[in-house]
Amino acid sequence: MAENEFNNNKNLKNMKNLKRVLGIGVIAVASCFVIAADHIDAPEVKGGSSDITDFYAFQGENTDNLVFVANLQALISPANTGSATFDENVLVEFNIDTNQDNIEDLVIQAIPRNGKMYFFGPVKPSQTGLNSTIETSTTIGGNVAISSYGSAANIATNNGMSFFAGPRDDPFFMDFAQYSAIIAGDASSFNMPGADTFAGSNVMSVVVEVPKSMIGGSGKINTWVESKRK
Amino acid sequence: MKNIKILTLALTVSLMAFNCSNDDDNNEIKVIVPDFSGTYTQEDQMGRPAVNTVFVAAADKDAYNVTIPTAQSAAFQSKFEANLLALSPAYADGGKNALGQDAAAFTGLLATDVLNVSLDGKTTFYDGIAKNTLSGRALTDDVITVELLLIFGGEDFTEFPGLSNDNVDANDKTFLTSFPYLASPH
Repeated sequence: MAENEFNNNKNLKNMKNLKRVLGIGVIAVASCFVIAADHIDAPEVKGGSSDITDFYAFQGENTDNLVFVANLQALISPANTGSATFDENVLVEFNIDTNQDNIEDLVIQAIPRNGKMYFFGPVKPSQTGLNSTIETSTTIGGNVAISSYGSAANIATNNGMSFFAGPRDDPFFMDFAQYSAIIAGDASSFNMPGADTFAGSNVMSVVVEVPKSMIGGSGKINTWVESKRK
Repeated sequence: MKNIKILTLALTVSLMAFNCSNDDDNNEIKVIVPDFSGTYTQEDQMGRPAVNTVFVAAADKDAYNVTIPTAQSAAFQSKFEANLLALSPAYADGGKNALGQDAAAFTGLLATDVLNVSLDGKTTFYDGIAKNTLSGRALTDDVITVELLLIFGGEDFTEFPGLSNDNVDANDKTFLTSFPYLASPH
């Protein structure tokens, strides 16, 4: 499709072309425009206790620290939030590559047990890749009582790290409904203003803040989060 | 009969006594060391926002979630590129995005699904300042609009404006300035 064609025939023709192209896209990409960012992303984990909805990594209020956030279990309604729980058989593992080879040099593991979320690391994992064992021999980490719906957030600290686990507002925002309408060919553009499909829903969050000195100190890291089941 | 009763009573008492001390031991151990034994096997993973959702074909979604980052590009980059070209006319005829990437370069970046994070200052997915691009993901980052702009917006973010912004620019609840940063649940 020549760019000139678009430049010379704005709006209507563009929209027609785009719909045609989007139509092809819909077939090619099939039903993969499910829910962003990673909510309900794949059949095996969709809606389950290991379904990661989102991952964030950002500088903390204390700029010597970095914060990792993993959210699980998409679109929990307020009515269902009080009964939402972490799965004791599901490990949440933050992976940190400090030397730019996309292999984890350090992990922070979070796993619930009897109302507490236990954190191990940052520590060099005993094995990399798809299978993990819990690094219980490390002295780095901590634990925090899992916060209850309707109560103030429980925060624990240890050796400069901070820990939280429990229900939170889903921080993700997007007009997913209109996006779906566009992809389905029922709309030609987003609305102004859009409507946040994720407004009013909650997720189960794991938040850990660590001194940057524990994860490489300076430069760039690559990071990703995994859920793993026993 | 009497002897049996006595014997039973004696046995019961000794068993109870044994159970009591045994329980005490177990409780003590449980409090100190929960059982975290066993092998945990991967089910889901995520680096950058929306990559699996947007670029991975339905049939590949589960496979993608259990492909380690170093193996992702070989397995999925060409599929991402085909999907991107089918989805967005902005990349036709060598078209590029505002990062100067053509379809192969953009999907080459995305197909290793890790979040690049700076330990030296500002952390954001994209804020318009070149040195900050892909330096993390903050809660307030409008990652979907950034991705729509990179998919549809062309070289200068002006192509297909109706598709390049969902016009939802912020969360419905205000984030906290302090740990745990996420807002309380609804």
